[in-house]
Amino acid sequence: MSERQLTQGNEACARAALAAGCTFFGGYPISPSSEIAEHLARELPKRGGVFIQMEDELASMGAVLGASLGGRRAMTATSGPGFTLMQEHLGYASLAEIPCVVVDVMRGGPSTGLPTSPAQGDVMQARWGSHGDRATIAVAPGSVQEVYTLTIEAFRLAETLRTPVAVLYDEVIGHMREGVVLHEPTSEELGLRSGPRGPFSPDFLPYEPDEKGVARVPDFGRGYRFHVTGLMHDERGYPTSDHAKVEQLLARLERKVDAAVDAVAPELYRLEDAKIVVVAYGIVARTARAAVDALRAEGVPAGLLRTRLLWPIPAAALADAIGHADLVVVAEMNRGQWAFEVERLAGRHVQLAPYLKAGGSVITAEELVAHVLRVSTKGARV
Amino acid sequence: MSLDVVSRPPADVPQGGTVAPEARADDVLAAARGASWPGASAEKHFLRYGMMPHMLCPGCGHGIVLDAMLRALARRYETLDDVAFVAGIGCSSRVVGYVDACTLHTTHGRPLTFATGLKLARPDLEVVVVTGDGDGLSIGGNHLIHAARRNIDLTCVLFNNEIYGMTGGQLAPTTIPGAYTSTSPKGNHEQPFDAARLVEAAGGTFVARAQSFRTRDFEEIFLRALEHKGFSFVEVMTDCTEYFGRTNRLGNGADLLFSQARADVAIEADLAGRPTLQEVPARPVRPVMEMGVLHESRRQTLEEAMGLVEAGS
Repeated sequence: MSERQLTQGNEACARAALAAGCTFFGGYPISPSSEIAEHLARELPKRGGVFIQMEDELASMGAVLGASLGGRRAMTATSGPGFTLMQEHLGYASLAEIPCVVVDVMRGGPSTGLPTSPAQGDVMQARWGSHGDRATIAVAPGSVQEVYTLTIEAFRLAETLRTPVAVLYDEVIGHMREGVVLHEPTSEELGLRSGPRGPFSPDFLPYEPDEKGVARVPDFGRGYRFHVTGLMHDERGYPTSDHAKVEQLLARLERKVDAAVDAVAPELYRLEDAKIVVVAYGIVARTARAAVDALRAEGVPAGLLRTRLLWPIPAAALADAIGHADLVVVAEMNRGQWAFEVERLAGRHVQLAPYLKAGGSVITAEELVAHVLRVSTKGARV
Repeated sequence: MSLDVVSRPPADVPQGGTVAPEARADDVLAAARGASWPGASAEKHFLRYGMMPHMLCPGCGHGIVLDAMLRALARRYETLDDVAFVAGIGCSSRVVGYVDACTLHTTHGRPLTFATGLKLARPDLEVVVVTGDGDGLSIGGNHLIHAARRNIDLTCVLFNNEIYGMTGGQLAPTTIPGAYTSTSPKGNHEQPFDAARLVEAAGGTFVARAQSFRTRDFEEIFLRALEHKGFSFVEVMTDCTEYFGRTNRLGNGADLLFSQARADVAIEADLAGRPTLQEVPARPVRPVMEMGVLHESRRQTLEEAMGLVEAGS
């Protein structure tokens, strides 16, 4: 299918999941994500898939992980409050190396917040929401088309790296309709789940890493008998408190997700000679692009780095883009979550003037232009 | 409700190998592998020796319960390749690690959620959930009633030792009134759950209560629970000697097993007039409860309703 179809963001997400071979959805209704569940409730059973509405988000993630261990490509979709309840099982999935995709259609928070208004407030929750030092992957589509392609990519990353992958976009992208090409993914775009090397034997090691640092855990009920636990474990999957083994395990889990950095590259827009670099993602990147064009028309050398990957942070691309800038403006719909990360990576010579908005409305191009002109003429670190 | 499982004298079963005093660990394991129950053999012991030594305390009833579960499984299966054990967090949940099957040690209170996903993904697998009274009734209570409501074809065994053992003996939603725990220093003043009746009310189609004291009965009940189509729930009373027994001065493992006997309606009747631990003043009293299969019915399972398996298969 190559012609464009008018598609809603959440519907594009659900259709991408089906195209990516998802055959299990366990979820709990929450605005503004519910259309994903509703679409899959209709479509999954027609294709031999399973849809189940669980009793809460903890249960949803539990069911997703159980189904994934049963060999299914499995997902859930939620919004901030539900994402909070899923954090414990996201930590479990990271440590036990169980593939899954979690879509978080972000709304204003904290707490019940603004259920039907856009926000980008779950960026740090996606990174640090679960206790402990969890390695994680989170992608951030910036259009309905990209919701489709990055959801497929999220499944590929989850399956090949055996880790949870979060898809973070805001309410506007979730509910917006755009013309989208809903292409059938190739086998490379789908990827294969890492699995065991040989048949079962008593000394079988399900958590022995492959060359990419990914455990070789088989699916349940395929002739392999093994143990899966949320305790620190050795390569047999047995609990261990051996400090060296635990350090090694945590380091491996952190290393393996770096593969996402090359797979999900940022979009660089008019950056070649840019002295003012706007950094944005999701819906804000669209207005930021218009702002850059408007600034260029005024003779201001502005450019845009639009990241499509929030975690792990694409540090090298970011350093390249902002290394020669006089001014860096991170624009995001929160109180400065990714801006802090950019600040951490930026050199001391770089002026930072984030433009932040968390009240429930989208940052417009006009206010971003005004902000850049104001801080660039003042020359002050804001 | 009548008791449809009755106590029987021990059957004529071969005893496990004897071990000489100078035996080394290997010899002990070899003896343990020897037949101690029907169906057991060196090839069919279903234990994961790499996980040993186990972490259960002396006198704990959990090993007795696990042993009976493995005996029942040995009567039904040649290998446990297609049997998945899913457990939560706690002493009871740790026992799945000792089973040579697909074992999933999940998060606190959530094993039924993982098991639900696994069962719907692979309806052909036998999925056994092991949970405790804290895991299954406190933090995971909501999942228990929803699994029962859905009538998903899982077999859930709830080890009820009336206390939080792994965290050091705190109050559980099953702690009997008056009992002392580290977080009820003046005695428990909350009413405990009746787990079996709760699950029956929520829609479970096979509900039973058994005891580690009468393992043969539990074995039969567990086997029937495995065979039942739909949500099967077996509450098994087991003893925590280190915390519940010690804190309440109820004696050792054997004393606690005796108090289990006195907590059975049928046995209590037979023992009327004889001294009982329950009659010691100022000690908590185990309520006398009905044991056996308390409820059994047939209704469409979740997998049947979803068209994942043929109805009645």
